[in-house]
Amino acid sequence: MTQAPPTATYFRHLNEGRFLIQRSPSTGEWVFYPRMVAPVSGAVDMEWTEPSGLGTVYATTVKRVKPPAANINIAIVELDEGPRLMTHVQGIEADRVRIGMRVRSRIVDGPDDNKIVVFEPESAA
Amino acid sequence: MNGPSSLRGKTAFVGAATFGCGEAPGYTAMELAAEAGRLAVEDAGLKLSDIDGLFICLPNDFLSGLSLSEYYGIQPRMTNNSRTGGSAFLTHAEWAMLALDAGLIDYALICYGSNQRTGAGKLVSAQAPSAFEFPYRPNNPVASYALAASRHMHQFGTTSEQLAAVAVSARQWANRNPEAFRQGPLAIEDVLATRLVADPLHVADCCLVTDGAAAVVMTRADRAADLRKTAVSLLGAASATWHSEIAQLADLTVTAASESGQRAFAQAGLRPADIDVVNLYDAFTINTILFLEDLGFCPKGEGGRFVESGAIAPGGSLPVNTNGGGLSFCHPGMYGLFTLVESIRQLRGEAGDRQIKGASMALAHGNGGTLSSQATCILGLPETV
Repeated sequence: MTQAPPTATYFRHLNEGRFLIQRSPSTGEWVFYPRMVAPVSGAVDMEWTEPSGLGTVYATTVKRVKPPAANINIAIVELDEGPRLMTHVQGIEADRVRIGMRVRSRIVDGPDDNKIVVFEPESAA
Repeated sequence: MNGPSSLRGKTAFVGAATFGCGEAPGYTAMELAAEAGRLAVEDAGLKLSDIDGLFICLPNDFLSGLSLSEYYGIQPRMTNNSRTGGSAFLTHAEWAMLALDAGLIDYALICYGSNQRTGAGKLVSAQAPSAFEFPYRPNNPVASYALAASRHMHQFGTTSEQLAAVAVSARQWANRNPEAFRQGPLAIEDVLATRLVADPLHVADCCLVTDGAAAVVMTRADRAADLRKTAVSLLGAASATWHSEIAQLADLTVTAASESGQRAFAQAGLRPADIDVVNLYDAFTINTILFLEDLGFCPKGEGGRFVESGAIAPGGSLPVNTNGGGLSFCHPGMYGLFTLVESIRQLRGEAGDRQIKGASMALAHGNGGTLSSQATCILGLPETV
């Protein structure tokens, strides 16, 4: 089964307010970023599926910018379903984000035309 | 694979050169690369017309193999401008080894040049922006390496002071290299006092942005002995790719250097303890720590404590980046080729005040992308073959 354009489909869902990622029913694996073919297994039967939106900070840094602009958190979050993605952890000072912190996804406007997924501490929700 | 490879010592580096390291105002990237290439061919005692295998990357010319062939007026039987980032030139050595051994070519020239300091004023990247990273505007490449550093600190207790020790060691070597762009005293506190770019990495944890060019010439061992200088044998060469963007690396504290290094050592029939000098791509201070661990020079997680002990500085047990590295010598974008040139100079005994006495085996290691492509070459004097 050939996938509909994965990149465009991902952002179309986001722009409709839905965070969906690919999941292969045959292998049970969740796939991110979206692809024509699942890495390693080669599965092609992925379906767009809603993850829990919960995850854990795997790695974190702060993009230091010139004042008065605020510093920006850049993190890798591991979704509870397994895949990791680069993102921002917001709703907390950029340098207070810690590895292991539990976070929940949110859809916000991105810097370009598309919406993006960011995370905030689960406790803040 | 058991025992050393049949490729061990079949080829050798017979020419090496650098040119325009630091600032070379007015020169184009091609002009810098062409001059380094000419000097390396001259160093080998060859003529440009002898070159029948050409390997090159330029920051701004994706078909630079065609451009340099035309520039020199040569007609190579093999032209290769493949790129894996800053590791490309060590993968070129691997390919040249195969092509030379197969008799497809007789003399390979590998070269690189960039005017990114005086020309572009910043790091020129060849990596296509990822649709899934770019919307977050990471200040790459430093942000990706900073993420890896955050993980190393979390898992192994590595500290900012230990990262800084890498920059301090590099500077101490650079102070012995007249060609080094950044010289002068540098203490741990000085590194930590520089501006944070992407936590935990400060400005002084990041490589320089300079101009510069490098080149090496390779041939088969049977021809190498007749040339001008001591031939430096290629004992092992291997590369590995595990990912492109940093979020896709399974464990941010383990790179594909653990694989490329293991295969290169197996090919050479050697162990890390056999190596006298290590030159590796230190784009950021965390790189040196990761690669020393992954290449087997210290246990995983111990890299911070290892560098903090002074082991890699002048007078230490394992000389690392004796030219001053990308942190203090020069970093014209894709630095990998300079790890080969410095290894060759050390083995030939041409390293002046920074010479490691009696060095007979060296390891050069290149990194490309965001810890993505790793390539390792092990070099030795003819008597080690």
